[in-house]
Amino acid sequence: MRMASGLQQPFRNAVLILVWSWLLLLVLVPNLLVIAASVMTRDAGSFLSLPLTLDAYRQLLNPLYLEVFLQSLYMAVMTTLVCLLIGYPFAWSLSLMGPRARILLIFLLIVPFWTNSLVRTYALKLILATNGLLNQGLMNLGLINEPLRLLYTEGAVIIGLVYLLLPFMILPLYSVFEDLRKELLMASHDLGAGPLATFVHVIIPLTLPGILAGVMLVLLPAMGLFFVPDILGGSRNLLVGNVIKNQFLDARNWPFGAAASIFLTLAMAFLMFAHRLSKRRIGEEGA
Amino acid sequence: MNRWLSRSYLTLVYLLLYVPILVLVVFSFNDARTGYEWGGLSLRWYHALFGNRAMVQAMWNSLWLALSAATVSTLIGVLTALALHRYRFRGKQLLNSMLFIVMMSPEIVLAISLLALFLLVGIQLGYFSLLLAHVTFCLPFVVITVMARLSGFDERLPEAARDLGASDFTMTRTVLIPAIMPALLAGWLLGFTLSLDDVVVSTFVGGPGYEILPLRIYSMVRVGLKPEVNALGTLLLVFSLFMLMLSQWILIRSKR
Repeated sequence: MRMASGLQQPFRNAVLILVWSWLLLLVLVPNLLVIAASVMTRDAGSFLSLPLTLDAYRQLLNPLYLEVFLQSLYMAVMTTLVCLLIGYPFAWSLSLMGPRARILLIFLLIVPFWTNSLVRTYALKLILATNGLLNQGLMNLGLINEPLRLLYTEGAVIIGLVYLLLPFMILPLYSVFEDLRKELLMASHDLGAGPLATFVHVIIPLTLPGILAGVMLVLLPAMGLFFVPDILGGSRNLLVGNVIKNQFLDARNWPFGAAASIFLTLAMAFLMFAHRLSKRRIGEEGA
Repeated sequence: MNRWLSRSYLTLVYLLLYVPILVLVVFSFNDARTGYEWGGLSLRWYHALFGNRAMVQAMWNSLWLALSAATVSTLIGVLTALALHRYRFRGKQLLNSMLFIVMMSPEIVLAISLLALFLLVGIQLGYFSLLLAHVTFCLPFVVITVMARLSGFDERLPEAARDLGASDFTMTRTVLIPAIMPALLAGWLLGFTLSLDDVVVSTFVGGPGYEILPLRIYSMVRVGLKPEVNALGTLLLVFSLFMLMLSQWILIRSKR
């Protein structure tokens, strides 16, 4: 590509200055502020004050909060597992459909993504409530005698998270299944591998980048989507997102909220790193 | 995999995805007060919705915010995509990774970092803070949409324009912009929808002076059932379906 010269230079520079200043002022600086906030002392008047301290991080390890973190991690891992269990065969089946059907099916998959997530969470409430549709249906069928307690449970929150995040698991999986070359499966078969061996030794390794991308896109939001437990889980602190929100907006404990948010960022960095590594490995083995 | 099995599996999952949405739409026309029983067809919840002045105000606020956030992020995003595509410059890789990180980071992380900035700098929480935040999370999506389009672009066209004496600015205006128009519109629509849908970031950087729809819905649905929300949800659904079909139509038509 030709290097910029003459008239091009001012245009190029103007664009670069604009986008860089936007990213520096609204992404880099705010994140530095969060890091700074996490090592400062809580202050009632101005939110933060000196001296510098690691109290917020120590507080994260306090059994009370540690429990919330583990709980949140548990909910997120369960959500991710359910999404993977539903999404993996789904993406596989999708990749086997004809090209025209695939376009329509992908469209149907992203329609919910474009619809208000709050409204969709609320719609689940209509179904799961004590006298909601699911309980009414089961009672009419005579399967149960009194309504089950579905709403305001951990299960309801996991259902809500899966419902919102499933497309984010399916889309990256679908893109790796689309690239999966059928010859490789046949070669595995010709070399005497049964379906299970082919699945474990060929299909899983080749779709690993998609699995990790999906896990990344589901696991992290699943820890942060505080409105799902608020609507479906009663008002307990089920997710790290709820803790961050409460500490920042209600309790005004900025250092702690900031430290919790840094924990999420580190988790993201770790997953991104794992994803890169898996992609590189596949690239080497393919070459 | 078995053909029949895989098809019935796909059907089942699609059913599960769409049942709650269908229930919402059906119940928005329900005349019953309680929300769980069927009381006949009625438009009462739509009447209630539009009779609520605060609600109508929140709708306008949300629309205006989404319009402006989509427009600003498309402007900056298109220019950024052009710069990333056409120029070599120091820090290009860094710029790419920063956009990627913004897209991948959990919304709540972005939300508290922006709140910290706004309170520190003294920007009052309201329309302006919401606009800055929404543009920031829409920006990477616009850049990616436009970049995807540019990567399939015939490189000889801008060269030809330049050889014919066009300045970079003229070339961009007459060759590049028309070529990326579909991606530009698709990016705008995506930004619009993302902004209209956002709950997490808006909860943090919104202010009481500028109430927007998601926050109003949030405060309504936290306790119990509110049948007006069914009506509102149905309207939002129809609206986003329209936007999505529009953007797909633009993209598909441009490929012919």
